[in-house]
Amino acid sequence: MRRWLPLLVLVAAVGAVAAWFISAPRPLYARENWRAYEDGGDAARGRVMFMVGGCESCHKTPGQADPLRLGGGYELKTPFGSFFPPNISPDEHDGIGQWKVVDLANALLAGVSPAAEHYYPALPYTSYSHMTFEDVRDLMTFLRTLPAVQGRAPPHRLSFPFNVRRGLGFWKLLYLRGGAPTPDPSQSAEWNRGRYLVEGPGHCAECHSPRDFAGGIVASRRFAGGLTADGKHKVPNITQGGPLAKWSKSDIETVLSTGFTPEGDSLGGDMAAVVRNLAQAPPADISAMAEFIKSLPAIPSAGK
Amino acid sequence: MRRTLIVLTTLALGITAVLADSDVIAQRRELMKANGKATAPIVAIMKGGPFDLAAVQASLKTFAEAGKKGPALFPDNSKTGDDTAALPAIWENKKDFEDRFAKLAADANDALSTIKDEATFKSIMPNVLKNCGGCHETYRAKKS
Repeated sequence: MRRWLPLLVLVAAVGAVAAWFISAPRPLYARENWRAYEDGGDAARGRVMFMVGGCESCHKTPGQADPLRLGGGYELKTPFGSFFPPNISPDEHDGIGQWKVVDLANALLAGVSPAAEHYYPALPYTSYSHMTFEDVRDLMTFLRTLPAVQGRAPPHRLSFPFNVRRGLGFWKLLYLRGGAPTPDPSQSAEWNRGRYLVEGPGHCAECHSPRDFAGGIVASRRFAGGLTADGKHKVPNITQGGPLAKWSKSDIETVLSTGFTPEGDSLGGDMAAVVRNLAQAPPADISAMAEFIKSLPAIPSAGK
Repeated sequence: MRRTLIVLTTLALGITAVLADSDVIAQRRELMKANGKATAPIVAIMKGGPFDLAAVQASLKTFAEAGKKGPALFPDNSKTGDDTAALPAIWENKKDFEDRFAKLAADANDALSTIKDEATFKSIMPNVLKNCGGCHETYRAKKS
């Protein structure tokens, strides 16, 4: 036995080193090359990404009504603990005033911070990673037009082992599949635009799908209904196996842009903020999202 | 004898109060259902259907009525039960909750006198409808 001990120690050491490398945060864009990516953004197009992405739902300063004051600090309660989304206003000290376009690209497309740490997927980069670089650049251009807000959010309050950021490297291996979707030539341009908006910036699947024990989306039940972030309330099935089977594409457009269902109900909860934001997106984009959502193959809702 | 009567009456009142819990939940559910029913024709017009002033006015009267009756249908003893979608936030912010009902009634009554044609409908109606989502956002649990 004693003879084997050095070998065991060696294997453990090799494993630890391998785990360290495997879990390393990997930015997509090297920060020292930031100048090459900085120019060409369009604030008006970025505003559309902001509205479809619903950034303010989590990053808005709580307790005030202006959705463009992004001081952070809202408490996002989850089964893993409480997240406090940061200040993403252009404040030089407390916000992201010193960020370059590549920093936002690394955050949204790879879930990596400028300090080369993993972000928690409470920032839904599993979806945002399907965005194009150009759209992220436009978004950054828009964010820079917003008012600087002082003050920082409190640190996240998470229990072990979720408070070990490095561990997210393994989580990403399991669940992060980035890259903009390849257009499906058998579908219309509108459908492809809709899929991009729903799967990427819109991040609809993040709430409308169930999650497994590790907090990853259950792929086979994508869009078939889930739970709110706090795990307390149900989020509806939006495939054709749920209530949307009875809705036309135009009904879905109306729901997304006004919050009113064809039955006359008015959506509430977190979806109310989503609707407020989507109401400011171009009607053509809402129509595209509705086209894609109406095409989602039926998955039956989970039993009660 | 008189004492027995008083005790019985008190008991009966108490039981009625307890029964009223689920009764009041059913009543507010009906009220919201009526609101939904009244909203459907409004949404149809917003989506480009023919404008019908009489239908719009009928719906606005329903909303105004709901705004008036609403607050009384959320007594302290109706926080839970009967699978209610009402969230505890209602009773934690009772003043705001009741103010919102009052605003719905005021906006609906206002719209009753100001909406005269399709143009005024388009400019005024969204303001009335904002009240629905505004309240559901904070005070109603998700369904299904």
